[in-house]
Order: sequence, then C-alpha cells, then structure tokens
Amino acid sequence: MSTHSQDVEQLVKREYKYGFSTDIDQEILPPGLNEDVIRAISAKKHEPEFMLNWRLEAYRHWLTMKEPSWAHVHYPKIDYQAVSYYAAPKSDDDAPKSLDEVDPKLLETYEKLGIPLHERARLAGVAVDAVFDSVSVTTTFKEKLGEAGVIFCSFSEAVHNHPELVQKYLGTVVPSGDNYFAALNAAVFSDGSFVYIPKGVRCPMELSTYFRINAMDTGQFERTLIIAEEGSHVSYLEGCTAPQRDRNQLHAAVVELIALDDAEIKYSTVQNWYPGDEEGKGGIYNFVTKRGECRGRNSKISWTQVEAGSAITWKYPSCVLLGDNSVGEFYSVAVGNNMQQIDSGTKMIHVGKNTRSTIISKGISAGRANNAYRGLVKILGGAEGARNYTQCDSLLLGDRCGAHTYPYIEVKNPSAQVEHEATTSKIGDDQIFYLKQRGISEEDAVNMIVNGFCKEVFGELPMEFAVEAQALLAVSLEGAVG
Amino acid sequence: MSTNALSQHYAEQVQRLQDGLPGAIPEWLAGRRHGAAARFSEAGFPDPRQEEWKYTNVRPIATKPFMAAVSDAPVSEEALRAMGFEGLDAYRMVFVDGRLRTEFSDLGELPAGVTVQGLAEALASDPDPLEPLLGTLAHDRFSSFAAANMAFLTDGAVIRLGKGVRLERPLHLLIVGSAGSPATWSHPRVLIQAGEGSEATVIEHYADLEGASGFTNTVTELRAEAGAQLRHYLLQDHADSAYHVGSVFIQQRRDSRVTSHNVNLGGRLVRHDLNVDLTEPGAEIELNGLFLVGGRQHVDTHTRVHHSSPHTTSREQYRGIGQGHGRGVFKGRVLVERGAQKTDAQQHSANLLLSPNAEIDTKPELEIYADDVKCAHGATVGQLDETSMYYLRSRGIDAEAARGMLVFAFADEVLERMELAPVRTSIERRLAARLPEAGAIDVIG
Repeated sequence: MSTHSQDVEQLVKREYKYGFSTDIDQEILPPGLNEDVIRAISAKKHEPEFMLNWRLEAYRHWLTMKEPSWAHVHYPKIDYQAVSYYAAPKSDDDAPKSLDEVDPKLLETYEKLGIPLHERARLAGVAVDAVFDSVSVTTTFKEKLGEAGVIFCSFSEAVHNHPELVQKYLGTVVPSGDNYFAALNAAVFSDGSFVYIPKGVRCPMELSTYFRINAMDTGQFERTLIIAEEGSHVSYLEGCTAPQRDRNQLHAAVVELIALDDAEIKYSTVQNWYPGDEEGKGGIYNFVTKRGECRGRNSKISWTQVEAGSAITWKYPSCVLLGDNSVGEFYSVAVGNNMQQIDSGTKMIHVGKNTRSTIISKGISAGRANNAYRGLVKILGGAEGARNYTQCDSLLLGDRCGAHTYPYIEVKNPSAQVEHEATTSKIGDDQIFYLKQRGISEEDAVNMIVNGFCKEVFGELPMEFAVEAQALLAVSLEGAVG
Repeated sequence: MSTNALSQHYAEQVQRLQDGLPGAIPEWLAGRRHGAAARFSEAGFPDPRQEEWKYTNVRPIATKPFMAAVSDAPVSEEALRAMGFEGLDAYRMVFVDGRLRTEFSDLGELPAGVTVQGLAEALASDPDPLEPLLGTLAHDRFSSFAAANMAFLTDGAVIRLGKGVRLERPLHLLIVGSAGSPATWSHPRVLIQAGEGSEATVIEHYADLEGASGFTNTVTELRAEAGAQLRHYLLQDHADSAYHVGSVFIQQRRDSRVTSHNVNLGGRLVRHDLNVDLTEPGAEIELNGLFLVGGRQHVDTHTRVHHSSPHTTSREQYRGIGQGHGRGVFKGRVLVERGAQKTDAQQHSANLLLSPNAEIDTKPELEIYADDVKCAHGATVGQLDETSMYYLRSRGIDAEAARGMLVFAFADEVLERMELAPVRTSIERRLAARLPEAGAIDVIG
C-alpha cells in the first residue's frame, strides 16, 4: 500500500509537458458577447448571409437557455462576457501559400508538441490541417486529396468554396439550439475543419487536425463537419494540446458526422489539453458536443477517444443509427489526475432495423480526480433486431479519487438485445508482485497493467495515434511507482 | 421554487392540517408534521424534469382528488383470507385504508422482548420512545411523498425487537385499500427496530379489496442494530387501478444482515425507493426484486445502497418483465464513500421485454470514492433465449408453453431466494396467473 500512495503522490506531481505559449501577434476581439460581436466574427470571415443569420438565430436561442448542471462536475460560474470570442494570428490577411511561408515560431510550437509537420506529413502520409487558435494556418496534401475528389479544408474555406454543401449539412446533426454549449458554438464558432468524401471514394490517407489553444482567455469554438457520401470511407484524427495558463479557458466545440449508405467514418481523438495544476488552478473547460448520424443503410460511425487532459471534460460523442444495419462504436480511455473532472460517455440511439452498437469505456482515476461514464443506449420501437454491448471499466489509483458509472438504458423494442457490464477495480498487489518477481520494475509493471487495461481501445486507434496515446499514458503515469 | 404547485384540492388538505392537527400529540411530532406539511406544499409533486423522476410521471396521482378515508370500510374476513398465504403460520396485522383493524389482526403470544403495536395506539399511549424512530431515517427532503406521509400520518406498525430476541413466526402486515368513493389515499408508516442480535421476518404486503383505485403512500424505517438479522418482504399486489408510492429506509450497524424481497405484480402506477445505509463494518444487504408489468402498468423501482463504512457488502438482483403496454423502470445506485475500503458490491438488473408496446428502462449506477473495492454491475434487456426455446420445442413442447416456462423460470430465479415457502408458492401462483402463456404451469408448493 505504501508504495502505491507514493506512486500516486508522484503521479500527481507530474508536470505538464506542453506548457509554453507562443508569442506572436494576434488579432483579438475585445471580451464580451452580443450580436455585434457575432456580426464582427462573421464579417471578419467574409461569410455569406445565411451563415450570419444562422449564427444570430443560435445566439438568440442561447440567450433563452440555461447552462446544464446535471453532470458530475463542479466549477465556478463562467462569465461569458469575460471571454474573447475571436483570436487569429495576424498573418491571416496574407495567409501562407506553403509550409515555407508559415511563421517559423508557429512551426516551432508544433515541433515542441511533437507534430513535425514536414516529417509527419511526408513520412506518415498524414495531411495536417493545423488550427492555431481559431484560424486554419496551413493545409498539406491538398492536391493529393483533390485528385481523389476529397474536400479537406478549413471551415471558413468551405463556407466560401462549397457553400451549398455547408448550407445543406451544417447543423443537421447538432442543431444550433441542441444544447447550451452547442448553441454558443453555433453563434461564435470561428473555424474548424470540413471534410467531404465523394461517392465511392476511400480517402487515400488519414486526415488529421491539431487543435491548439494559444491566446490567453480566448475560447476556442471550432466546428467540424464530415460528410461521407455513399460507399465512401474516411478516417479522421484529432489531437489537442494547449499551453499552460492560470485562468480556465473555455472550449466548446461541435463535431458533426454524416454517413450515407455503406459509408464509414472513423473519428479518433487524443485530447491532452492543460488539465490545471495540482490544486486545480487553471486548465481547459472542454465542453464538447460530438454527434454522428448513420443516415444510410449499412453505414458505420466509430468514435475512439483518449481523454488525458482538460480540467473539466463534458463530452458525449454519440451515434444516431438511422439507417438499417448501421453500426455505431465508441471506444474511450479517459484518464483523470489531480483535480481533473471528467463526465464523458456516449449515446447510441437505435432507430433503424438491425442496428448494432458497441461501447467500450475505460476510466482511470488518480489523485483527486473524478471520472464519470455517462451513457445512453436507446432502442426505439422500430429498431427491430437492434443489438448493443456496453462495457465500462474503471481503474482507481489512490484513495482520494472517484470513479462513477451512470448508464441509461431505454428499450422499446422486444427483439432488441442490450447488455451492460461495469467493473471497478484497482491494480492488484498480486499483479504487481507477479511482474516484479520477473524483474520488471514497479513503474513498468504499472504501465504495463494500465496499457493492458486500455488495450481494447488503443487497438482501435490508427497506428501513429496508438503510439502517441501509449506515450501519453506513460507520461501521465510517470513516476507513478517508486 | 414551486413549479409544481399543488392542486387546490391538496393545498386545501395541507391548509386544514396546518390549521390544527387532530388530537393531542406531543410537541416533537407536531413540529415534524408541520415541517413536513410545509415541505410537501412547497415542493409539490415531482415532475419528470427532475432526474429522479425522469421515467415516471406522477400526474395521474397529482391530478386525482384523493381523500383520506373517513370511516372504517366494511371488510369481509373471507376477502382477507383470499389475500393471505396458504399455509403460512404468522402473526398478522391488517390495515384497511391505512388504519389498523384489530378485529382482523392476530398477534397471539409474542415472545418476551418483542413489541408489535399499531402506530396510532403507540403514539396515544407512550409516544416519546418513538421520537428517535419516527421520521429520523426518512427525511422530508427525500421526496414530496415521504413528506406527505409524515404530514398526513395516521397509523402504521411499530415493531421493536429487544436484544437477542428471535421472532420465530413471521409478522404479516396486510395493508389493503378499499373501494372508497371518492378514492382514498392513505399513508401507512412501518417502523422496525431490530435490537442487537435479534432476528425476525416482516412481510409488508399491499393489496386491494375489489374495485379499489386508491393511492397508498408508504414509508418504512428499518434499523438493524449490531448483529441483527432481518428479512423484509415488500410485496405489492394492488389492483390494476391502484396507485402506490413507497419509500423504504434501512440503516444497518455492525455485522447486521438484511434481506429484502421486493415483488411487484399489481398496481397502475407504482414507485418504490429503497434506501440502504451500511454504516458499520460487516453490514450486509441482499436486495432481490421482481416486477411484472402488463396492460398499462407502470412500475418504477429505485434502489440506493450507500456503503458508508469499510468492509460492507451488498448483493442486488432485480428482474423485470415487460408485457402489453407496460413500462418497467429500474434505477440502482451504489455509492461507496471515501474511506469505505474493502466494499464488495454487486448489482445486476436483468429484463425481459416481451411486447412491442412495452418499455424497459434501466439505469444501474456506480459512484465510487474508494480504491480498494470490488464493485461491479450489469444490466441486460432482451428476450427469451433462442437455444432454450429450441431445446424445449425439440422435446415436443409447443411454442406457447415453452415461452411460458422460460418466462416463469426467469422470474423464479428471484422468487426462489425467498426463505418462506408458503409466500414463495403463493407468489409463484399469482405470477403464473399473470403470464398469459404460463397457464399450463402447475406451481407445487
């Protein structure tokens, strides 16, 4: 036991590796939120009128809404008037044409984060649409994607170049008034990524975006929209890190996925934003709405997430299984440390016949963190033959943390099969003993056991991410064992 | 605050109560009842926007003008006998519309150290020993219904077991509603105090006389002192037109062991809350539950097991069957407090959904603040196992009978944990009668 509490002590003391901020000129709107701010954001982005109207409608709806309080998280009231809703690197007006034109300081930032654009892009064959605060800075491999007919660009570009697609799909999965944070996002979102995979195309490479919050006190409100046409396939990766700040920063993103007949979307996230210090000071509030609709027959949407950062995570990537035989998946590892609070899970709404969903959630709590799984499996009356399997496991490291499971299961069809299982455990002394006896250090043993605990989820990540996720976990547990 | 303002009908009843509580009652009780009345009136009936009432809308109760029964309804010994358990040798207390009817009750010779009394009688003769027992586990803030029970308190049962006493015969509390017009509401309260090392079986049995459509709002407060062993049966077999809300509070001390059997076969709209607090090491609770909903029935059971001390154990097994247009809800919460190490909690909710118009909602929750614990829960919703069906069919049993057998067997896994054979058999018979396809099953006692 004593070694364990020592482990936890040390684990608690690990420092945030990515805590630095880049000093470059920024164009920032003064803090505050009103219709003029929204007009200003829309004007800065030279948006067509339908976008402005959509934003204003969302804003007006937002004013009538109440901030949700049902999650198992606690935080001081957010002053939405104290947040600046737009920050863009100044170089925006003369946007770089190629990597060479990119502000070297910015590239350095990514370098420190371990995303060497050049190498990563070239060696790993990944196209990176790097979002620095709010504006997409550079996009690589566009040509290659263009050949396949794939559209992968920043949201602002999509609004200009493909307004018909944006107008057709924007807000159809997560309506602007869906919830408090989604409405806020709809009103003020500054940028994000847009992906369109045409009919029958298998996207030739993994698409990836790195989000990064840089400027102090700016909320990042990005919005991602992915449309996979009939018979197409795409795998999308999203990674997030943020520099160290004392004040809490608000991040309210929205992700919408649409899969038509026989299409498949795989969406992977590694989230490692600043979680705040040992006393819970600072850190990101990550209030995110992610939802995918399997609109077509035999379509599939798969969410994989590794949530290691953020002071507060409030996130439920969901699947609405409308098409017959469609499949929804959710694989999650959530690591909470220090004073982190996580309330995350998924919703699987079965509407179509023979729809199937799988939920695998692994929660790890250490320090004084609280880690909650909250999920909904809903089988509607018409979902003949629907099937769900859910497994939620929690691992507790230390006696001051908490692990919670709140699964909602609602079944209205008598041919449905729904199973839910959950366990809570700690690392057994016998497991540690076994490994130590074989000459493995205690620290490695813990890493090994934790990695084993998360294996089912890591296996779902694309290779590059799986490696990063494992490294991240090892960093999280650094010094966990003396 | 009061988004769910009480209808004029109920507001008037509260007002009447606040104007003057009937009879001479001790100050502490008057205070608690006034407080509860204020609470009920302030909070009103819960609505589905409240998380705890998400799946159960009590509008049918809130909008009906239930009245307290004014006089003793006529009851025949025969009707009561039909509700009893054949072959059960038990002490018996009968309540009609919430009032004790001594003429039908039989407490025979109670062993020394055991007191069993009507609550009204106990409050009239010697109220002060009840001060620490009445309304101390069941807080008004728990729910509007618990508050209403306290405010409109009329009668109930008080069971006190002295140190080391063993009550050999079970105590059968038969609590029935009559076909009053307008429909009646009653607020029975059961207080059980099991002293150190004592042992007893208490059956809380709710049923209705023909044509009843009243509302029974019950509260049970059960304390098990160190080493006490209690078996608590909560059997709800109301008429299909009756309403029932019941809250049970169980507090357990060191090495005590409580078994709870909760079976719901009847009722139009039923809600149970079972709250267990394991306050000292070695305390152990077993919760067995079964509900069968058909027609337009709605049965909602919430259990909360609070492991507030290290080395405590809970075992929970709830099963549900949805037929017709019925809706069954189970929400089970296991809370392990900070420091409650070595907790061992297992919870399982299994459900059969047999009709396209029925609905099952289940929500097993774990909230854990200690690391050295064994906690697991599972939940399933599905239908009969195809291979079992095939097995039976291949042996010449027709589909309907096979289905009946399997459904019955599914439910019986909970019932067979009951220690009292006559009760078990009788419930099995009632269950078989409620399963349209299980008519062929001959339950042998």
